[in-house]
Amino acid sequence: MSKKILLDKINIEGIKSFDVYRANGGYASVEKALKMAPNDVIEEVKKSGLRGRGGAGFPTGMKWSFLDKKSGRPKYLVCNADESEPGTFKDRYLMEFIPHLLIEGMIVSSFALEANLSFIYVRGEFRWIIKILEQAIAEAKRAGFLGKNILGTGYDLELVVQTGAGAYICGEETALLESLEGKRGLPRIKPPFPAVVGLYGMPTVVNNVESIAVVPWIVLNSGEEYAKVGTAKSAGTKLISACGNINKPGVYEIELGLPVEEFIFSEEYCGGIANGKRMKAVVAGGSSVPILPTELILKTAAGENRLMSYESLSDGGFATGTMLGSGGFIVYDEDQCIVRNTWNFARFYHHESCGQCSPCREGTGWMERILHSIENGHGKMSDIDLLWDVQRKIEGNTICPLGDAAAWPVASAIRHFREEFEWHVMEPKECMNRNYGLREKSIMSIA
Amino acid sequence: MLAVKSGKQVEFSPAAMDRAREIISRYPDGKQKSALLPLLHLVQDEFGNWLSVDSMDYIARLLHIQPIEVYEVATFYSMYNMQPVGRFLLEICHTGPCEIRGAEELISTLQNKLLIKVGETSADGMFTLKRVECLAACGYAPMLQCGMHYHEFLDSEEKIDRLLNDLRSKATQNN
Ligand SMILES: Cc1cc2nc3c(=O)[nH]c(=O)nc-3n(C[C@H](O)[C@H](O)[C@H](O)COP(=O)(O)O)c2cc1C
Ligand code: SF4
Ligand code: FES
Repeated sequence: MSKKILLDKINIEGIKSFDVYRANGGYASVEKALKMAPNDVIEEVKKSGLRGRGGAGFPTGMKWSFLDKKSGRPKYLVCNADESEPGTFKDRYLMEFIPHLLIEGMIVSSFALEANLSFIYVRGEFRWIIKILEQAIAEAKRAGFLGKNILGTGYDLELVVQTGAGAYICGEETALLESLEGKRGLPRIKPPFPAVVGLYGMPTVVNNVESIAVVPWIVLNSGEEYAKVGTAKSAGTKLISACGNINKPGVYEIELGLPVEEFIFSEEYCGGIANGKRMKAVVAGGSSVPILPTELILKTAAGENRLMSYESLSDGGFATGTMLGSGGFIVYDEDQCIVRNTWNFARFYHHESCGQCSPCREGTGWMERILHSIENGHGKMSDIDLLWDVQRKIEGNTICPLGDAAAWPVASAIRHFREEFEWHVMEPKECMNRNYGLREKSIMSIA
Repeated sequence: MLAVKSGKQVEFSPAAMDRAREIISRYPDGKQKSALLPLLHLVQDEFGNWLSVDSMDYIARLLHIQPIEVYEVATFYSMYNMQPVGRFLLEICHTGPCEIRGAEELISTLQNKLLIKVGETSADGMFTLKRVECLAACGYAPMLQCGMHYHEFLDSEEKIDRLLNDLRSKATQNN
């Protein structure tokens, strides 16, 4: 068994309730942190090497230290519980089964950031989770861990659960802030960054659920101890939500640096490919990251074992690598059609584009239509190059990263599975009955 | 596709009004517009799971904002229904991870059993089918959401039948 930091108590009977959670050492980090100076808490998090678990992997302590505390304006902490990246369902697991861990993390983090009002923005579909969190907050408040003068230290904090309403884009941090202000979720142009101009124009930190839930452990055990777990560049553990054609889909806490092969094939984790099939491809970090064929997800281009870590998954850049992203791990077996899956994702991004920038608004529509036509046997060879061209024109030319997120799945599918697109064009009927994904060589050269 | 007038007088019950006031009080002074999304959910809970023009105007008055500010938000988010829906809204996830575990089979089975297409409501007013994007249940596919609940691993006809029967009997119990 590998090290558990987030899920070590999840199987304790009744851990959802305040009393059981407290009896098992819960809220001890609040007692400890509130005796420290807020900036010392930030220092611990910096030392831990924790990188944001929402997808971008930005160092959490560094983000916290950018928060404008000097101007004396109100500061806000907003927890991103929008969890809408396809393949990702880990935050839900934490909030549903050990809600007090997030509440405890929110209190300690808010204290470090000197915020007196903090929000947890939960996607609106998680209706039962919203209830669970509201109940946990009420319990913590009754016990004196929230509200006025927490534990007699003079520190005040209110925690509000905010409900989203179905929009993937509201996971993007500035769209989330717009949504929290009661508006459409249109991402803002950066800079200014939320650390200076965030919620209601005030200094704001936005962090993922998992990033915040790990803070109590860091405060109790020290940043140095956390940094000892995982690899040098990927400290700690990570929740991975595994899905697709595997035997044991679910949420797993892994120590960063675990070999990908072990994660997929060992009984402790995914338990191998379902129905005795062969593995064809993996999307390792949510739908937005590049898809990799089996040989590249298991080994880097240099022939080393690929590991579950920020640096190993991105080894080789996008030519041969991908990203750890949100930890949404999607496994495809040999029967799955890459063209169809790419079309499905393109449709998703087209549907979710907020429409502010034309490369994203129009480009995602183009990609969806071209892929739909190739998938349905109406494609031309030149459509594959056109598709390549369209995704190139989106990447890097938009206000928020949704544009890149829409381009990467398409680019990587063409890069690694071009022959499958060609077969869809040349032999559409055959192609719908047979799988060409395991063919050896491309017929046409890569653009 | 902006909304339909319900023709009914819209007003929260005293209990819903208490809840609305509590929601509005959560935000700093002058930032009450933050209550808009939660209040629109409350409206859907209270008035048949959709937003009529009348109910949106009501929320605009409650928050002292212009009706257009409510309409533009209501039409942006997929959880707000701009048309009346059946007693049970079945929202089926059709994004990649669910698709490779049988989302399309789930959709066609439901269409065949209810004799409706996605977007339609069954003749008895009981069920409406809607396609939605990833609900963060990808490992438990195929799945759908109905109100408060996620129904996961709907990978056989028996399970689908059982779900529909459970919902039908819930409807008769409550009437
Ligand atoms: C289109 C889009 C969707 C996103 N969705 C989420 C999400 O659902 N949850 C999340 O935590 N971060 C999401 N992010 C990343 C956030 O913008 C932000 O980087 C993150 O919440 C920061 O927290 P962290 O540093 O703790 O990871 C998304 C980003 C983009 C561009
Ligand atoms: S990239 Fe797409 S989602 Fe992001 S702001 Fe532009 S149009 Fe909106
Ligand atoms: S893809 Fe269906 S729940 Fe995520």
